[in-house]
Amino acid sequence: MTTIPDDSGSVFTAKNRAAAFFQSWPPGILLALAWLAMCALLVAFAPHVAPYDYLAMDLRARLTPPVFFGGDWAHPLGTDELGRDVLSRLITSVRISLVIAFLSTLIAATLGVSLGFLAAWFRGRVEQVVLMLIDAQAAMPFMIIALAMLAFLGNSLPLLVILMGFYGWERIARIARGLAIAASEQGYATAVRDLGATPWRIYGRHILPNIASTLIVSMTLNFPEVILLESGLSFLGLGVQPPMTSLGNMVGYGRDYIQSAPWIMLAPAAAIVLTTLSISMIGDWLRDRFDPTLR
Amino acid sequence: MTALLSVRGLKRHYPVRRPGGLFGRPATLKAVDGLDFDIPAGRTLGLVGESGCGKSTTARLVLGLVPPSAGEVRFDGGLVTAKHDAAWRRQRRRMQMVYQDPLGALDRRMPVAEQIGEPIAIHEPGLPAAERAERVAELMAQVGLGASMAQRYPHELSGGQRQRVVIARALALDPALLVCDEPVSALDVSIQAQVLNLLDDLRARTGFAALFISHDLKVVRQMSDRVAVMYLGRIVEEGAPEEVFHAPLHPYTQALVSAIPVPGRRRERIVLEGDPPNPVDVPAGCPFHPRCPVATARCTREVPRLERDAGRAVACHLVTAPAAHAAE
Repeated sequence: MTTIPDDSGSVFTAKNRAAAFFQSWPPGILLALAWLAMCALLVAFAPHVAPYDYLAMDLRARLTPPVFFGGDWAHPLGTDELGRDVLSRLITSVRISLVIAFLSTLIAATLGVSLGFLAAWFRGRVEQVVLMLIDAQAAMPFMIIALAMLAFLGNSLPLLVILMGFYGWERIARIARGLAIAASEQGYATAVRDLGATPWRIYGRHILPNIASTLIVSMTLNFPEVILLESGLSFLGLGVQPPMTSLGNMVGYGRDYIQSAPWIMLAPAAAIVLTTLSISMIGDWLRDRFDPTLR
Repeated sequence: MTALLSVRGLKRHYPVRRPGGLFGRPATLKAVDGLDFDIPAGRTLGLVGESGCGKSTTARLVLGLVPPSAGEVRFDGGLVTAKHDAAWRRQRRRMQMVYQDPLGALDRRMPVAEQIGEPIAIHEPGLPAAERAERVAELMAQVGLGASMAQRYPHELSGGQRQRVVIARALALDPALLVCDEPVSALDVSIQAQVLNLLDDLRARTGFAALFISHDLKVVRQMSDRVAVMYLGRIVEEGAPEEVFHAPLHPYTQALVSAIPVPGRRRERIVLEGDPPNPVDVPAGCPFHPRCPVATARCTREVPRLERDAGRAVACHLVTAPAAHAAE
């Protein structure tokens, strides 16, 4: 054995820098992040980015196909039956749908975590009530509740956001309660309680950061479901009302032209798929990133 | 002299079920069964005993973390209850605990400096953050942690450093009583000595009283002014460490002491026979009699009382009334 050691004498082999980078930032995650970043920019600057007003009609250019499919660059994604630019409508729809999904998930998470922590702290009667609420919510198909609420209370954007905020809170509450009960038996939580800390401090500063990773993952699972639910309601004509537009609304009204002008429906459908997929992937990846002991 | 901590008739029983699932008969686990002891200000009481004899339950009872089934704990004249009210919170400032498992007792997601400052943040919320940081730096210096450790997370520290963090946190409010529940049993032997010396130094400097719990006789001997030996929830012998370890009176203490390895010298080792103790099934009479090499008929019937005499206390019929035995 007369292998000559390399110059450095180190027993470690230097990792390829690009390989190391892609190990902590997998390409799929980078693509998902890029897509979401683009969506975020669209949410912020939709009216400035869109080439036309999303309501502007051009009746002479109705049902123009997208560019490369017989259309031209005046309407890159084509136009719909009223000659409205599909790209501009898509940009506005992404904005509305994402804002609804984001606010609703935030409401669901706040509600779920608060109720879950209440149950974990008080136990006994309070916990029974919370668990009963959770079971009641889980037992009813949400779509039916949403349809009933929208049918009775009419339809407005704030109402829709609040209604969607009730979607999925029960899962988050159940997870938060279970994790908080488990965490409060851990040494760090009992140690802080023994110090005389208030429940605010125990739950806010110690237990919440320790269980946040799981909660964030369940939020990222909730987010695409809210997008799909909103799309479903809009598709049924009970969600976002025209002339306002959303991804589901576009799919719903585009279905009439699915044979003659499929691009009206396909563009928003692709946006839904890409966005929900990206968020799910990132949620999964975040769980690993958030755990300091896995780093 | 009134004691800083005085414990009278302290009991803690837990309802349990015997094996057998739903059909198991209910039983009582007597974790702590009638303790009396005092700790004067600035002194250390060592509590030794094997696993499951109620040492840790005693620690939690003394601090008012679990309510006693009977008896009372008085700290500086005030009754210690497990009701988490304003008086209980005020007592937290003066009595603190050092835990057995330092990694478990620290929050993995918070830098250690913040955790050391937490008692101050809880009990002196008005204190500006800058002053708090100053006191944390002082505490860290006191326990021998460098300033570079301040922003580290618990999993980035070694076992000894973590225990130093726990000690610094316990001392943050300058407590009068520190309860150390097996503070070094999770550490390497070389680190044990460092942490014990640190505790000794700190006690000399700040003068806190301590209840020092351990199953390690050497450790207790080094740290304590008095030693109490526990067996199945009761104190069987109490006295100055030199007396207890050099001339043990109770047969259980004799067996414990004979198990300490002594280099270079072969010594008769008393090996205890019989079942290991089960706190659900405490034997009638002296709880130790099934394993006691010198038990008599009286031991199976009467529970021996802890008799005090000249700074020494022992609960054994053979020691307190040898004449009666001779007559029997």
